[in-house]
Amino acid sequence: MNLHDGLKDPKLCRNVLRQIEAEVDEQFRFMEVCGTHTVAIFQSGLRSILPDKIIHLSGPGCPVCVTHEREVAAYLELAEKEDAIIATFGDLMRVPGPDKKNLKDAQAEGARIKVVYSAFDALKVAMENPQDKVVFLGIGFETTAPTIAATLKVAKEQGINNFYVLSFHKLVPPALKALVQDKEIKVEGFLLPGHVSTIIGLEPYKFLAQEYNIPAVISGFEPLDILQAILMMLRQKNNHEAKVTNNYKRAVADIGNPKARQVMDEVFEVVDTFWRGIGVIPQSGLGLNRDYERFDALKAFNLTLPDVAPIAGCRCGDVLKGKVRPDECPLFKKACSPASPVGPCMVSTEGSCAAYFKYMVE
Amino acid sequence: MGKKVLLDYGSGGKASQRLISELFLKYLGNERLNRLDDAAFLTNLDGPLAMSTDSYTVDPLFFPGGNIGSLAVHGTVNDVAMLGARPMFLSCAFIIEEGLEMEVLEEIVASMGEAAKKSGVEIVTGDTKVVPKGAVDKIFINTTGIGQIVANPAPSGHRAKPGDVIIVSGSMGDHGLAILSHRQGIAFDSNVESDSAPLNHLVLKLVQEIPDIHVLRDPTRGGLATTLNEIAQQSQVECLIFEDKIPIREEVKGGCSFLGLDPLYLANEGKLICILPENQAEKALEIMRSDPLAQECAIIGQVSDERPGKVVLETGLGGHRLLDMLEGEQLPRIC
Ligand code: SF4
Repeated sequence: MNLHDGLKDPKLCRNVLRQIEAEVDEQFRFMEVCGTHTVAIFQSGLRSILPDKIIHLSGPGCPVCVTHEREVAAYLELAEKEDAIIATFGDLMRVPGPDKKNLKDAQAEGARIKVVYSAFDALKVAMENPQDKVVFLGIGFETTAPTIAATLKVAKEQGINNFYVLSFHKLVPPALKALVQDKEIKVEGFLLPGHVSTIIGLEPYKFLAQEYNIPAVISGFEPLDILQAILMMLRQKNNHEAKVTNNYKRAVADIGNPKARQVMDEVFEVVDTFWRGIGVIPQSGLGLNRDYERFDALKAFNLTLPDVAPIAGCRCGDVLKGKVRPDECPLFKKACSPASPVGPCMVSTEGSCAAYFKYMVE
Repeated sequence: MGKKVLLDYGSGGKASQRLISELFLKYLGNERLNRLDDAAFLTNLDGPLAMSTDSYTVDPLFFPGGNIGSLAVHGTVNDVAMLGARPMFLSCAFIIEEGLEMEVLEEIVASMGEAAKKSGVEIVTGDTKVVPKGAVDKIFINTTGIGQIVANPAPSGHRAKPGDVIIVSGSMGDHGLAILSHRQGIAFDSNVESDSAPLNHLVLKLVQEIPDIHVLRDPTRGGLATTLNEIAQQSQVECLIFEDKIPIREEVKGGCSFLGLDPLYLANEGKLICILPENQAEKALEIMRSDPLAQECAIIGQVSDERPGKVVLETGLGGHRLLDMLEGEQLPRIC
């Protein structure tokens, strides 16, 4: 039996579940801020066996879902440029833009788009097509940003001048701050993202406990990890205390990964950025800094982020903030389904609307 | 540099003839094909027939456990067999990109010949087209198969009944992961081989000894999850399956968690799903276990009338969730 089997072991999980059942008396609302957690919670069937008093909310944890309408519009505009080849992670292919068009449609109309599995593969595309301009769609959190930074460093060292990045990266801690400052959102515990934390460590989350008195636990993605984290938060709440804890030590060092942060610092600078459904969050994004300006697709292609009206009826913003559940959105399963998604929460494999649609047994 | 396929080879003239006699007949030849008439003259076919066609466009052409040629034979042989039929004859059509190395083509055709022999089918008619560079990606192969239905009544996706059990003949997702791990741009190693294999001999044993098999399907593209959804909808039943009963190799699980994919949606090319009354299940398992291709067979679930049209997964923890059909293809995730 390997480690992962142990963390899925039904007996161990049931033990923790029984403790949760024993210790929850009033409602307890926790939120996960990582799409992989969202999916893990549904896929393992945890959601269907947690006690009713444990209210589970999915936060802004899916990089595709939080990509703002304007940003989608910008990369779709880029797809129309004849001299551009777009290199992207597959998740973005079906996200609808302002006029419902997505990258798949653009591809069918002749746009040159390559689905890649890493930023380095995108750089390879650039090297193989020196006559074209290759743009990598840089979407994601602290998890993806370091490899993209490292790729840009290589591009700079090797003098590759037909490679660009559209940097719409977002940072998780400022979004958490925006959430807890919103009085309507009553989250009593945060399941902190394992992957992002491998990079940033514990420190950037400490304000949750110190300033807002909210317990938060960095958690892995196996059922036992998640159950333990819920129990830890619940106990703190019951004891009227709040701490930020690392319960994913097998992957996350308390100090995170300083090397990865250093590469990020070399290439990016922190900027204000738009989050879908939330709006501008100050100092919550990463743009290319002066030294890397020439790789910036925004500048190279003269892209402006057009004003885009939010989609009528779509409650993505409220879903991302945990104010409504996906099935409370009037469009859910009606006008909005994975076949014809209205908002990105229904497109992304890690989106909460898609998770409700896909996994929930009625 | 080795020889390459030229546009001439598809011209219908002498070059085409040379390709046919020196390559195709060498590996695929048999009495019927050797006549080189416009159509195949088929005998020995009577009673109800099963027919199926499929086009193979796999990337990469060669993968651990097989290649596009053997796959094009196994895939169609299996599709015909799933109707409880004995596949007998295949046609095959090649669309080849100008410039493909002759050696590559030869290896593909040779393994088609071998696969046909192993499956006990004859390739009786075919076609070759060569198209300009860039018009197709290296080579596409279409095969059509025809076979005689042995089972009576023939198994069908419409015949699953509440109370039936669901059996799979072996581990899920091997083919899909083998292909993915060798696709350009994905940087991970795996030792998983494709399970590509002809299932017709196993099917014949099953339907001859168990007349009451309701459904036989091979969970190819879309994997177990998609195929069960099709069956649940066709038969208007619920398929409830148990996560910890589904055989999946550790390497496949590992590769999938790395890429953010679900093995239950990955293609299989040498496995079948068999749905039949519970009292016949042991017998079916016994037959499968005696076949080298179905050593890891297992009962993975049951059919009920609870939520018609749905597939529900009971997880290892005892929770339940839907196992829905995918919208489009599975794509590896961002982080
Ligand atoms: S169901 Fe669709 S429209 Fe409603 S919030 Fe989710 S993605 Fe937006």
